[in-house]
Amino acid sequence: MKPPVSTTSLWRWPIALGVLSLIGLLAALFGDGAWDLASGLALGLIVAVCGWLLLVAGKRTR
Amino acid sequence: MLGRPAIKTWAWLHKWSSLVCTVFMLLLCLTGLPLIFHHEIGELLGTEARVADMPAGTPRASLDRVMEVARARHPGKGGMFVSQEPDDDRVWYVTLGDTPTSSTGLKQVAVDARSAGALAEPQLDAGFMYVMRSLHIDLFAGLPGSLLLGFMALLLLIALVSGVVLYAPFMRKLEFGEVRRQRSTRIKWLDLHNALGIVTLVWLFVVGATGMINTWADLIVEHWQADQMSEMLAPYKGRAALTAPGSLETAVQSARRHEPHMKISFIAFPGTSFSSPYHYAVFMRGEEAHTSRLLKPVLVDAASGQVTDSRTLPWYLNALLLSQPLHFGDYGGRAMQILWAALDLISIIVLGSGLYLWIAKGRSRAGAGNRLAAASP
Repeated sequence: MKPPVSTTSLWRWPIALGVLSLIGLLAALFGDGAWDLASGLALGLIVAVCGWLLLVAGKRTR
Repeated sequence: MLGRPAIKTWAWLHKWSSLVCTVFMLLLCLTGLPLIFHHEIGELLGTEARVADMPAGTPRASLDRVMEVARARHPGKGGMFVSQEPDDDRVWYVTLGDTPTSSTGLKQVAVDARSAGALAEPQLDAGFMYVMRSLHIDLFAGLPGSLLLGFMALLLLIALVSGVVLYAPFMRKLEFGEVRRQRSTRIKWLDLHNALGIVTLVWLFVVGATGMINTWADLIVEHWQADQMSEMLAPYKGRAALTAPGSLETAVQSARRHEPHMKISFIAFPGTSFSSPYHYAVFMRGEEAHTSRLLKPVLVDAASGQVTDSRTLPWYLNALLLSQPLHFGDYGGRAMQILWAALDLISIIVLGSGLYLWIAKGRSRAGAGNRLAAASP
């Protein structure tokens, strides 16, 4: 049996992606051009992570 | 770390808040999808006004003429609102109704702002987008329908919060993003539900919360009227009701002189829910990205054409106005629309997998505690 993961490593990625989502949601409210791009990149990364989870994660045998 | 009784309580909360709202949320996700692209779909269906290019600096038609053109197409109806798109001042959208407070039988005419030619009549109460919009906003049931959907949004928020609380005990033995595809279909979808749910959490929470705020829009506007309009109307106490409003063009010019650095978002006619019985309310907006969503009403006496009051909106109306872009995803160009649609589809997967896990669990007759045990490798 694997030992439980620490609270830090449990929440590291969820918090990082949550902050990234907030940046994506807010940036485009403040301006156009570069701000829109920042929003697009941040939310694009969130969608990319979801795509990875759905299509790639766990496909290889460990 | 949560004890077993606490986990059971949160699991109960997660199960029931999700189960009750899931069918509604699936409906909202599906109907919201075309709404993200309503402009593009309108162009495809040919319901959007086609505007001719004219040289820059072509003089603009008087708004009084614009109103004449719109009214001529619907005799017997009077003006309620005139608006323009934030990114296109070549078209005025004139909304007409039997009375200033009518909510049915409304007609809209798109009028060229330069030639005052009628361009199109966007359908307000028929067509594919009307059905999508009604299902999304009020289930064809007016304010009670809206409030029901708002309550479902509240349940979604509870489901999201309880889902986050349960994330820790379920993920104790797993790395982030670990999807156990070899174990069983149920375990695979449990892992995907947890992982996709936590990754899209902030987006779905913001879209859900702003959606809930939007369901209160009518109530918020009503409160604003009762709260602020009475103050602005104090000087008009005892004045006879307006028989026919004066020149709209004069009123709008006064408003423009009052706020020379702002653009017009929309104009509410006397007697509508956004104005008083004596005023044209000209709602102005800023020109920068961060000011374009916030409105400033300039009240113009509809008889004299003089500005009588102007004040910034109270916090609760600003909150409503700011919650709109965050719900619609219409503030970051085409890329954002596409990402909004992708996140909408991922939300459908999270909802659907949650429903599947509940059904699969019922089949295996395992309780939340057993499910937790099954979740550990």
